[in-house]
Order: sequence, then C-alpha cells, then structure tokens
Amino acid sequence: MADAARVSPTARPLARLSAALAPWALPILLIVMWQAAAHTGLLSSRILPEPWAVATAFWNLAASGELWTHLKVSLWRALAGFAVGAGLGLLLGLLNGSSRRAATLLDTTLQMIRNIPALALIPLVILWFGIDEAAKLFLLSVGVFFPMYLNTFHGIRSVDAGLIEMARSYGLSGWALYRDVILPGALPSILVGVRFSLGLVWVLLIVAETISAQAGIGYMTMNAREFLQTDVVLVGVLLYALLGKAADWSARGLERHFLRWNSAYQ
Amino acid sequence: MQINPVEEKQVSQAADQALSHVRHGVHLSLRGLNKRYGGRTVLDAIDLDIAPGQFVAVVGRSGCGKSTLLRAIAGLEQPDGGQLRIGDGSGSSGGGNGSGGTPEVRMMFQDARLLPWKTVLQNVALGLADGDGVGEKRARAALASVGLAERAGDWPAVLSGGQRQRVALARALVHEPQLLLLDEPLGALDALTRIEMQQLIESLWTRRGFTAVLVTHDVQEAVMLADRILLIQEGRLALDQKVALVRPRARGSAHFGSLEQKVLDKVLEI
Repeated sequence: MADAARVSPTARPLARLSAALAPWALPILLIVMWQAAAHTGLLSSRILPEPWAVATAFWNLAASGELWTHLKVSLWRALAGFAVGAGLGLLLGLLNGSSRRAATLLDTTLQMIRNIPALALIPLVILWFGIDEAAKLFLLSVGVFFPMYLNTFHGIRSVDAGLIEMARSYGLSGWALYRDVILPGALPSILVGVRFSLGLVWVLLIVAETISAQAGIGYMTMNAREFLQTDVVLVGVLLYALLGKAADWSARGLERHFLRWNSAYQ
Repeated sequence: MQINPVEEKQVSQAADQALSHVRHGVHLSLRGLNKRYGGRTVLDAIDLDIAPGQFVAVVGRSGCGKSTLLRAIAGLEQPDGGQLRIGDGSGSSGGGNGSGGTPEVRMMFQDARLLPWKTVLQNVALGLADGDGVGEKRARAALASVGLAERAGDWPAVLSGGQRQRVALARALVHEPQLLLLDEPLGALDALTRIEMQQLIESLWTRRGFTAVLVTHDVQEAVMLADRILLIQEGRLALDQKVALVRPRARGSAHFGSLEQKVLDKVLEI
C-alpha cells in the first residue's frame, strides 16, 4: 500500500492512459494485420480492400459531399422511425401500465402482433406502401415500437407500491403523483427501452435501405456492390457501426443524466 | 451566511402559525374497530381512547395486528366495522392541511420510503404547496430540527439507514402533525443509531406536543418512550399499561427494568 502510494503520482497518468487505450489495442492490431495481409497479396482486394483504400474511399466520398447526402437521408429516416415507433410505444406503454382497463383491452392484441417479426412484413409493406419512404418509416416504426412499449409497460407496473402509498398519504394524487413518483420510478425501465429501440433502428434501417432506395447509406452500399467497389461497401459498413455506437452512446448519456440519483449510473 | 430580514420574518411567521395550532395533539378514539382479511379477523372490536399529546406504544408479536391497527388509523386500510375518530372529525388519510376541520395525521414507515430521484430537501418538501418559497424554508427548518441541514442537496442513496429515517421524520414533521403514527420506524437500525433516534423523537415530541402512536416489537423501546403501552394479542387489547417514569428515562433503573420485564412476560405468555 505504502509503495503504491509513493509511486502513484507519476504512475497514475500513465496507468490511466493505458487503461483508456486498452480496449482499442485489439482493433488496432487487427487493422495492422489486415493491412499487412492485403499489402502482401495474401488477401485479394475483391474480398477485402486494404484499410488504406477504405480510408481513401471515405475521404473521397466525404470531399465530394456524396457521403453527407447519404448520411443525412439515413439519419433522418432513423430519427423519424424512432420518433414515431418509440413515441407510440411510450404512449401505449404509459396508457396500459397506468390503466388496467386499457391493458385488458389492448395488451393481448399487441402481444400477438409482437410475435410477428417486423422484417417478415416486408412483402406486405411493399404491397401497401410501395417502395417509398412510407414503407421504410412503417418498417422502422413497427420494429422500434415493441421494445419501447414492453419496457414502459413493465416500468410503470413495477413502480414500488410502498412509494405510491407514501406519496398518496402525503397528499399527492393525479398528475402530481404521476410526475413525482410513477414516471421517475418507471424511468430506468423506459430508458432500457430507448436503448433497445435505438439499437434496433439501425438494424432495421440497413434492411429497409437495401430493399430499394434512391439515397441513404444502404443505397450507397448496394450501388457500390454492383460496381464491385468493396472499399465503398466497407465505408458503408463502418458508417453503420459508427452510427450504432453513437446511438448507444447517446442512450447512455440520457441514462446518466436522468438516473443520476441512482448509484448504478454515477 | 447572510440572513435576509424579510425571509427571517417569514420564517418566524411560519413558526408562529405552527405554534398556534400545533401545540396540542389531537384526541384519538376507536370504538369496536374490526378488520378482517379473508376469513381471518385481524382486529377484533378494538376500543381505545388516546388523550391529546399522549405517547402510546403498541407492542405485540408479529402478525398480532398492531401494524394493521396503525394503518387503519392512518386511513391506509379501510376498517370493516366500528368507529374511528381523530380530533373532532372522523378518520383522515393524512391529506388534510391541519388548519381546517381535518386534523393533520402523518405516518412514518418502517422503511423510510424516500423518493430516490428527489434530493433530501425535495423529499422533505413533498406535498407542501410549492412555488412561494415558504415551503422550502419550512422543509429546511424541519431538516435542521433532525440535524441534517447540511445534507439538503444529497440523494437519499448516499445516506445511512438512520439518516434516511431522520429525513422521513423531518418529512412528517414539516406538516406539523397533530397525530404522528410510527410504524416500527427504528426496526432496521443498529442499536446505537436507534438510541439516538429515540432521543430525537422524544425531544421533538416534548417540544411539539403531538399525539404519538408507536408500533414496535421492542419492549424496551416502548418503555423508553411511551406514556402508555398497549399489548395486542390476536387482534385484541391484552394489556394497557401506564408508564409513570420521569423523563429522560434511564434504562438501568430498577423501575424501568421491572416494567420492561412485566410487559415482556405478558407478551411471552401465549
């Protein structure tokens, strides 16, 4: 203990730096090996272009502005799908969680619909909405709806009954009870729903954009495949990964902000 | 800290208002109170009168109905029969404002039941009319009276069990209750914290003069705090024991010991 304390002033920044870098060691090593394999001809560029080529393709797409157009379209689709699906999920979750009557009327139906995978609806969705934005929005919304609905419903139902009893005995009722006790109590679960939904929205977006589209990252990727531009395909794949990570990161940010009272999120 | 003279005046006004109607506890009367769960009778025709300002402890084995009695008085359980009168009116759920006809009844639970997403101060101010700033001042004063003024901005999660119960006590006291119901509030605390809390409750009760009903499984605690000890067995009053010891009471005294033994013997009789 004494030794560690004496060493720590110099060792601590170093230790912190290496702890911060440690998760990146493996990806960096893989990229280096990949570059080496492509460079020596061990890996054909038909299968995987060298990382450097991917970086160049990324740079060219960004410089020409093409990348941003596609990114904007994809982002907008994801946001719109998330807003509609998660918004409805939240509303119905709140309604069914708070009202037994609403739950008896609606929950069974929703649970039945839940068992249909959103992606299995694609042929039907194309028949109904054609291959426009509406079809994509529908697919995304349906997929995102259920994680949000289930977690909100469960969150409201599992609010500590003792706290509600206490709040009632201190004169809280109606909206005040909802705002101060029920909603904050359900929030950890609701935010789990947000996180699931945000993760799912990208998966669904990839599929939706590869069906048919005139713009978007999926379109860019499919287009590049036609012309065997594996480097551009990889740029698309990397973009999806980055966007997914960004979504997860913002969901965590929400949790850290709204659940700062909870020691698990501090 | 700078003290704004206007604020100070408001605080003292609030304190004066408090004194005008709170000094006196309320009378509590039960007549043939019944409560059944399914086919089982939990409270069997309880008759009870508690004088204003009296400190009553209710003891008994677990499952004897003592908590149900307290919850019925608090309005958290609906009795199946009999009469319950608090003050001049009938039973209240504690929602009254104390200044009108409904007496102010507050309950302290075994678990502190603080809202974890509200700060200590916000928890104490729960249910106070907010917006005018007077509520917050009263909450701060209540927090100071339980010795936790400096923890106002903390989350409940970082407090110890004893501190949480003190916050819960402040939350009850800020409403200036005329009847304070305590449902084993010290049951989960360690021995030393418990003694501290007992002293705190006793001193606040002496100063404010509310009527207090304490449910406890600890006979020593009952002898320590109460003017009168009630023993409940199988839903009925089995003992009504006056405690005539002078306060502050010393656990070591012979009187204390013999009284504790007497009640304990009666509890263990069945």
